[in-house]
Amino acid sequence: MTHHGGPSFAALAPVAVGLAAYLVGVRVGRQRGRGWPTWRTVSFGAGALAVAAAVAPPAMHAAHGDLRVHMVQHVVLGMLAPIGLVLGAPVTVALRALPVSSARRLARVLRSAPVRVVSHPAAALVLNVGGMAALYATPLYTATQGSAVLHAAVHAHVLAAGCLFTWAVLAGPDPAPHAAGMGTRLGVLFASIAAHAVLSKLMFARLWPAGVSAAEETQTAAQIMYYGGDLAEALLLAVLLAAWLRGDRRQTLGRWLPDRSRPAETAAPRGLGPARATGGG
Amino acid sequence: MAPAPSAPDPRRTLGALVLVGIGLMAAVDEVVFHQLLRWHHFYDLSTPAGGIVSDGLLHAAELVALVSGGFLVADLRRRGAFAPAWAWAGFFVGAGGFQTFDGVIDHKLLRVHQVRYGVDLLPYDLAWIGAGLALLAVGGALWMRARAHDAPAQA
Repeated sequence: MTHHGGPSFAALAPVAVGLAAYLVGVRVGRQRGRGWPTWRTVSFGAGALAVAAAVAPPAMHAAHGDLRVHMVQHVVLGMLAPIGLVLGAPVTVALRALPVSSARRLARVLRSAPVRVVSHPAAALVLNVGGMAALYATPLYTATQGSAVLHAAVHAHVLAAGCLFTWAVLAGPDPAPHAAGMGTRLGVLFASIAAHAVLSKLMFARLWPAGVSAAEETQTAAQIMYYGGDLAEALLLAVLLAAWLRGDRRQTLGRWLPDRSRPAETAAPRGLGPARATGGG
Repeated sequence: MAPAPSAPDPRRTLGALVLVGIGLMAAVDEVVFHQLLRWHHFYDLSTPAGGIVSDGLLHAAELVALVSGGFLVADLRRRGAFAPAWAWAGFFVGAGGFQTFDGVIDHKLLRVHQVRYGVDLLPYDLAWIGAGLALLAVGGALWMRARAHDAPAQA
């Protein structure tokens, strides 16, 4: 990552490791006699491929001098890829595949106070939108152009915050012991859509990030953020409502998860509670 | 997973399509008049940044209304509870209701923004509110028709 010759393939290593670990986890789970829906594996794989495409040397190289390519990268890393990754339920895969003691430890981490704080949708929103605002409305963006480490850190933050936000809003499919209510999650998603629209219009009007590229290029980048962000958020909203209408995640994942490693709290999730639609009323 | 078959549900169909109608009308207003023609923002009594923030909130509201309305429709259809005659009534009532509310309350009573600036407003206001009332009238007529259609079935 610190080569001076520009972007390297080293950025792909963590993506490859993550995907390999997921596939091994699915395989171990299957060997223990538990099925796994193929579409979740496909979803995680698509998310990982999208991340790989966004951080591969050609994209990194093109993004270095072009704010428009950079913005496409960020929409993919921070909004689209997380939907695929989160729907792949990687934590559930880990809980199934790990030895009992490690799975219990992982479940304890999920229930811990720090996870509770950052996995609240509002906190995830602040990490997500706050990071974006800091990047584009301050000199941070210019600084990332000069430091490979800072550049990589910003991309990692965008991806991590995007996954956290997606997981917090969906309150699933992975166990979310501290899931917020449906109203809170919808409200936070609403705020996120508004924040994206406002920030991208301010970038368009005030030519943020300042002094980086020609005015037209900055405005095109802002439009990519506006429409790309809309598309991704409409998609997330559709996933959220589909899960809500279908019932709850116990129907989708509970039966894939062994009792021994299921966190006690997830047995009665507040998140995707039984939907009115399937109440039979 | 197979949903239990149920009878058409006029009330829920109406509600879902009112949501779609409001969302679509707000989207037309926001996309055509705010973004393409740039005649006004939702809130023009503050700074341009204030206008942008108010438009962002309007934009988020219309997106949520459109997508969730669409999902409620999909759910009603899946359960066989969709009532087509009420759906059209709801759509026009929602669209006309938003347009009329925007024209009368937002423009004339609260005066948070006008249709356009630097012009004689009267024809613009008449067209805006007139369009809203026309849509509402269509919605009202469809509502009566849907009720007349349902009445014999209940007898």
